[in-house]
Amino acid sequence: MTARIGVVTFPGSLDDRDTQRAIRLAGAEPVALWHKDKDLKQVDAVVLPGGFSYGDYLRAGAISRFSPVMESVVEQARAGLPVLGICNGFQVLTEAHLLPGAMLGNDHLHFICRDQKLRVENAGTAWTGDYTAGQEIHIPLKNMDGRFVADTYTLDELEAEGRVVFRYLDVNPNGSLRDIAGITNEAGNVVGLMPHPEHAVEPLIGSGRTDGLPFFTSILKKLVTA
Amino acid sequence: MSRTPLDTVEHAAATPDVELPWAELGLKKDEYERVVEILGRRPTGAELAMYSVMWSEHCSYKSSKVHLRQFGEKAPESDALLVGIGENAGVVDVGQGYAVTFKVESHNHPSYVEPYQGAATGVGGIVRDIIAMGARPVAVVDPLRFGAADHPDTKRVLPGVVAGIGGYGNCLGLPNIGGEVVFDACYQGNPLVNAGAIGVMRHEDIHLAKASGAGNQVILYGARTGGDGIGGASILASETFDDAKPSKRPAVQVGDPFQEKLLIECTLEAFREKLVVGIQDLGAAGLSCATSELASNGSGGMRVTLDDVPLRDSTLSPEEILMSESQERMCAVVEPGKVDRFLEICAKWDVIATVIGEVTDGDRLEIFWHGGKIVDVDPRTVAHDGPVYERPYARPDWQDVLQADDAGKLPRPATGEELKDQVLRLVGSPNQASKKWITSQYDHFVQGNTVLAQPEDSGMIRIDEESGLGVAIATDGNGRYAKLDPYTGAQLALAEAYRNVATTGARPLAVSDCLNFGSPEDSAVMWQFAEAVRGLADGCRQLGTPVTGGNVSLYNQTGEAAIHPTPVVAVLGVIDDVARRTPVAFQEEGQLLYLLGDTREEFGGSAWSQVVHDHLGGMPPKVDLERERLLAEILISASRDGMIDSAHDLSDGGLVQAVVESALLGGKGARLVVPDGLDAFTFLLSESAGRAVVAVPRSEEVRFNDMCGARGLPATRIGVVDGDAVEVQGEFTLSLAELRETHEQTIPSLLA
Repeated sequence: MTARIGVVTFPGSLDDRDTQRAIRLAGAEPVALWHKDKDLKQVDAVVLPGGFSYGDYLRAGAISRFSPVMESVVEQARAGLPVLGICNGFQVLTEAHLLPGAMLGNDHLHFICRDQKLRVENAGTAWTGDYTAGQEIHIPLKNMDGRFVADTYTLDELEAEGRVVFRYLDVNPNGSLRDIAGITNEAGNVVGLMPHPEHAVEPLIGSGRTDGLPFFTSILKKLVTA
Repeated sequence: MSRTPLDTVEHAAATPDVELPWAELGLKKDEYERVVEILGRRPTGAELAMYSVMWSEHCSYKSSKVHLRQFGEKAPESDALLVGIGENAGVVDVGQGYAVTFKVESHNHPSYVEPYQGAATGVGGIVRDIIAMGARPVAVVDPLRFGAADHPDTKRVLPGVVAGIGGYGNCLGLPNIGGEVVFDACYQGNPLVNAGAIGVMRHEDIHLAKASGAGNQVILYGARTGGDGIGGASILASETFDDAKPSKRPAVQVGDPFQEKLLIECTLEAFREKLVVGIQDLGAAGLSCATSELASNGSGGMRVTLDDVPLRDSTLSPEEILMSESQERMCAVVEPGKVDRFLEICAKWDVIATVIGEVTDGDRLEIFWHGGKIVDVDPRTVAHDGPVYERPYARPDWQDVLQADDAGKLPRPATGEELKDQVLRLVGSPNQASKKWITSQYDHFVQGNTVLAQPEDSGMIRIDEESGLGVAIATDGNGRYAKLDPYTGAQLALAEAYRNVATTGARPLAVSDCLNFGSPEDSAVMWQFAEAVRGLADGCRQLGTPVTGGNVSLYNQTGEAAIHPTPVVAVLGVIDDVARRTPVAFQEEGQLLYLLGDTREEFGGSAWSQVVHDHLGGMPPKVDLERERLLAEILISASRDGMIDSAHDLSDGGLVQAVVESALLGGKGARLVVPDGLDAFTFLLSESAGRAVVAVPRSEEVRFNDMCGARGLPATRIGVVDGDAVEVQGEFTLSLAELRETHEQTIPSLLA
């Protein structure tokens, strides 16, 4: 038995096919979801991939939030459906208020593409079970608007509840507060991060590491054993 | 608002004495007279608009055509070539049923005027050329040249160009895997922004720009047409309208990468459903180009109703609509029964699509506006029968003086300490320094198939996940070499790109080029151009790699000062299994370093002569294409059979530059010994062509040596991968930390 994991394609999604590949390599079945379609095709989990959803001319993720597919995603995520937002997907999750905080332009004002070192802070979410807390991994990062910000109260709350899932190590590539690279919601089913685990699933391709594969094996294991 | 009568064909025939502003539109007197002769009457304003843009240097290649013919005449026999010169881009067979299309184009002038949009729309244009062939774009590369790195204007142009390439390409989801960044004062005021793209398709999916089958519908889809990029057309507009309207329209187009991304997806979906008979992107000369090329390449004529073109600005005149270079538009020819489905796909992607005309069984291109016929021409006369010039060319007097100024006579470092200082200066000079600050602004991971990206010798993309089939591309050009000898310089660019592809383990298959030169009206420049084309055509014949297409950019000069002649050559290669690719970085300590090829005292045009002596003179390195072919065969075999773990091509900066790059990328140092018969300076800094440095695992040494020996390639053991420094025995030691600091700080400190 395997799990069916949906990948939403917005018109400007770029990493949707890569994410489908990563899901396949982990042993699960990828299911394509279309932004104009409310139907989530009874998938067991959803990934919002990277890209520029609707061009992001206004603000990254600002328009996607109102797309038909997101109505269903928000509703089901609140009911416990595991959702992973990568890069633009993370931006969409904050715009949709499934995750707190917001993303601003990188502090150096340039697009940045690099193989980024991270520390796994929380291995208890639906998407990080195959990591161990404190583990150091390398995942490619590429974005223009990756600076995570939130008010101090929210940041303290995230820290206190262990909801900071990933932190940047060595270099903070975009000025994110408290070096935060990824967070989760209170229930731990919704995770968003700026780096791209789907670009680190094959030894030969991209960064040449497979540090991102556990995202997809974690969710598969959780769904299959649940 | 008062308006003069619509300048229809009928009106033009009845008013032969009306003066048209042909000179303001860039036509010469004899060219205008030729238009009148072709039509048998004066052209209408709309016809004049079409002829003037299509007969421009940029669209008609009128100065370069007589020379470019050699690429066809001298083309080597190649089973790999599926579509050759003349289409939107050439297509090459890479095996397993896959075909690859690739091309390099220039967007030099717009990028100087408006760096961000100029560079962005350069990417957009080349990507549309690729989709117009039926392929999914899979990667882009960007060969760039700027003025002196420390010139204030470089700080205006470069960051804008880089942000534009990133801003557009990143949003399309195309990994940026290669290219170059070169600084030289000769490009001050004339930066070269070349953009290349690769696309992949199945053989049966190749599409061509032609309109066939009477009754087939012509569909314009993508962005609305606006007043951007019109240039001279507003002169005509002010002839036909006498009220005050915005006349100074921006001549540089503005890009919308999101729209282009939608265009890619909906075009590919239409291809998959086999809905498209012929297709053409709208680039330079916009609708004038698309309609006349589609019609002239097909079997019939075409009738277009210009009123149906969706506009961004309702005040545009028909001439302006025909000349507009608004971005992100394409034109498809679709059978009547398939139009509804085509429009449905466009609607799915929220792309505006409109039937603007149909293919007729005649042989005329007829365009209507407000019910009147404003164009009635034989489309071939617009698209293909433009003027052809035999521009005078002559070897300039100063060429001999330049070549006699031998770089071999420049003072060389006298001590190990002095050599070390010069090496350090070289490694930290803008041209040799790390370009990470630039390339990290480009996404090179997207699509999840990138095997190698800059600073590797070539970019490499996997195209089949099952078999591991992949393609590699490298672009190279050295204006300093070409200035010293354009024929040799062009061949050196070809040799370097060819070598770079082979160094990564791929077999070179085909060539595209972007020929950047000064004014063709200068006989010295024209000689440089003629020599470079001759050199490239001869070289391609010898290496068996046909030119599949390319681009010419002339008038790259300010006043009397032309840029160095700069032929940029892109070589495409194929690799059966990307798992066999060879990276630049040193992999393991203890591996043996071998120098392949012959090292001679060759310093003309070298990085050393530029950085240490600010000198350009003498002769460029000698070219031996048979040697290049042998070197490539050895590199490919060694990579396939696992005899080498890293390899790096030797070019500007010589051996030391290559070793430093491999060491820094791998985080492992090297101990080098100067081989017998060479002095340390020549060993480290000569730029002899046909060379590479490879790291051989000890277990493979005998086998590797036997192979080189049997095939007659000189292979000299020069050291070992070891430690955390680059040490040249008896000369100097430079720690990796110091080298890294020097190599990586230069560009950010100048430009960040």
